[in-house]
Amino acid sequence: MIQFTNVKKTYDSNLTEALHDVSFVIEDGEFVFLVGPSGSGKSTILKLITAEERITSGGILVGDFDLGKLKKRKVPYLRRTLGIVFQDFRLIENRTVRGNLEFVMRVVNTSNKVIKERIPYVLDLVGLSDKADCYPNELSGGEQQRVAIARALVNNPSTIIADEPTGNLDPERSYELMCLLEKINQLGTTILIVTHERDLVNCFNKRVITIDNGYVTSDMENGLYDYETI
Amino acid sequence: MRRFNLFYYIKQGFHGAGSHGFMTFASIGIMACCLLIMGSFSLLAINLEHNLAALMAENEFLAYVDDSYDDQTAQTLESEITAIENVASCTFISREEALANYVGELEDTSLYADVPASALRARFSVQVHDIEQLQATLDEVEAIEGVVKINAALDVADGFVTMRNVMVIIALVMVVILIIVSFFIISNAIKLATSSREREIAIMKMVGATNSFVRWPFVVEGLILGLGSSLVAMLAQWGVYQLLVEAVSVYSHVQLINIIPFEALASTVAIAFCGIGLFVGVLGSVTTIRKFLLV
Repeated sequence: MIQFTNVKKTYDSNLTEALHDVSFVIEDGEFVFLVGPSGSGKSTILKLITAEERITSGGILVGDFDLGKLKKRKVPYLRRTLGIVFQDFRLIENRTVRGNLEFVMRVVNTSNKVIKERIPYVLDLVGLSDKADCYPNELSGGEQQRVAIARALVNNPSTIIADEPTGNLDPERSYELMCLLEKINQLGTTILIVTHERDLVNCFNKRVITIDNGYVTSDMENGLYDYETI
Repeated sequence: MRRFNLFYYIKQGFHGAGSHGFMTFASIGIMACCLLIMGSFSLLAINLEHNLAALMAENEFLAYVDDSYDDQTAQTLESEITAIENVASCTFISREEALANYVGELEDTSLYADVPASALRARFSVQVHDIEQLQATLDEVEAIEGVVKINAALDVADGFVTMRNVMVIIALVMVVILIIVSFFIISNAIKLATSSREREIAIMKMVGATNSFVRWPFVVEGLILGLGSSLVAMLAQWGVYQLLVEAVSVYSHVQLINIIPFEALASTVAIAFCGIGLFVGVLGSVTTIRKFLLV
C-alpha cells in the first residue's frame, strides 16, 4: 500500500513548492496511472516514494515504511520492496541480459541458488528467455524495456513504479509493454505508472490519478487521461 | 559479511582495477615514487641518526680532580660520578697517564722529557647516555667535591642535537607531504573508476544496495592500488639502497659513514610501506565514493 496524507514538498534549492496537500491511497494489487503535464509534480511523487527526496510536511506510508520517520540506513530496505522502471531503461551496457538481472539480485544478497532459479522464470514472464545472453545494444527498444521490467521484477517487489516506461517506444511496443505490466499486476504486484501517453491510458481503463501544478485534480477508477479539460 | 559477498567484492575490486589499466598503472607508479622518496628520506634519517648516535657515544668530557688529591683519593670520586643517571661510563686517568697521552700525540716529545707528571691534574673521562642532557650532567659532576674543572665540547654536542632535530623534522614533513600527495593520487584513480560506473552505482542504490555493498569493491580496489604501490616501492627501495651502499663502500677506507645493511631494515620498511599504502588506498577510495552514495 502507498498512502499520501496531505503531503507538501518544497525544494530547498529554489523554494519551489512542488506538491500541495497531496493525498491518495494505492491499495495492494492496484494498477494506477499517474498523469499530468510536465512540471506538475509527478516526478516529485516518485522521488518521495523511493526516498530520493524527503517530504516537507504530511505523511507517506509505503508498505510498512513510514517515510516521514524513515532513517537513512533503512532506505535500501524500502527500495527492495519497489521495482523501478525508467524511460531510458538504464541497463548496464557491458553486461548481458542475465548479467543485468544477476547484478541487482547480488545487490540484495540473493544466494546463487535463488538467482539460478529466479532469472529464467522472470525472463520467461517478460518473453525474453531466448535473449538471456544478449547484450543490451543487441536488443530493440521494446526488448530493452522488457529487460528493465524483468530487472524491476527479479527481486520480487510488492510494487513496480514505472516512470514514462513507453516514452522511447513506438505505439505498438508501448501497447505490448502495458499488456505485460497488466499481466504482472494480475500476478499480484501493485503497478504505478507515470505517463504522458493519453491513448494508452484511455485504452486500459484503469484508475487514473491526475496531478496538476502540485495538486491532485482528479482520482478516478476506470478513469481517462483528460487533464486539459479539468 | 557473507562469504559469497566477500568473493564478489574482491572480484569486483580486481575487475575495477583491471578495467582502468592505464590509470591503475599510473596510480601505482606515482604512488610507488612517493613511497620511494618517503622511504629514502626516512632511511637517510635512520642512517644519519645511527651515525650520529655512534659519534655522540664517543663524545666525552673531562672532569679534573683537585691538585691536592693523590691518585688513590681521586679514584674514590669515580663512584660519585657514575652514580649520576646520565653517565654511561667513567674512566680514571692518572697524572702519569695524562702526561703520556699528551706527549704521545706530539711529534717532538723531547720538549716534555723533563716535565713532571705532577704538572698535570688527575682526571676522569666521562661518557654520557643522552647528549641533550649534557649541560645538566656537567653541572652535577662539577658539584662533586674534589672536581675542580670540567672540559666539555658543548658546541659540538649542541651541533649534533640540532642536526638530529632538523633531520627528524625534514623527514616528518616529507612523509606528511608525500602521504597527502599519494592520497590525492588514489582519490583520482578511484574517482575515475566511480565516474565510469556512476550508472551502475545509481542502479545499485535504486534497487536497494546498502552503502557498504557499493563501497566495498572500491575499497578493495584502493587496497589493490595501495598494496601494488607498496610492493613496487619496496623493490625499488631495495635496489636504490643497495646502489647507495655500494657507492659508499668505495670510500670504506675512510670509515666515516657506517650504513645499516638493508636486510636489517627490510621488515620495518615493508611494514611501513604496506601500512601507508593500504591506509592511503582505503582512505582515498572511501572519501571519494562518499558523494556517490548520497542518492
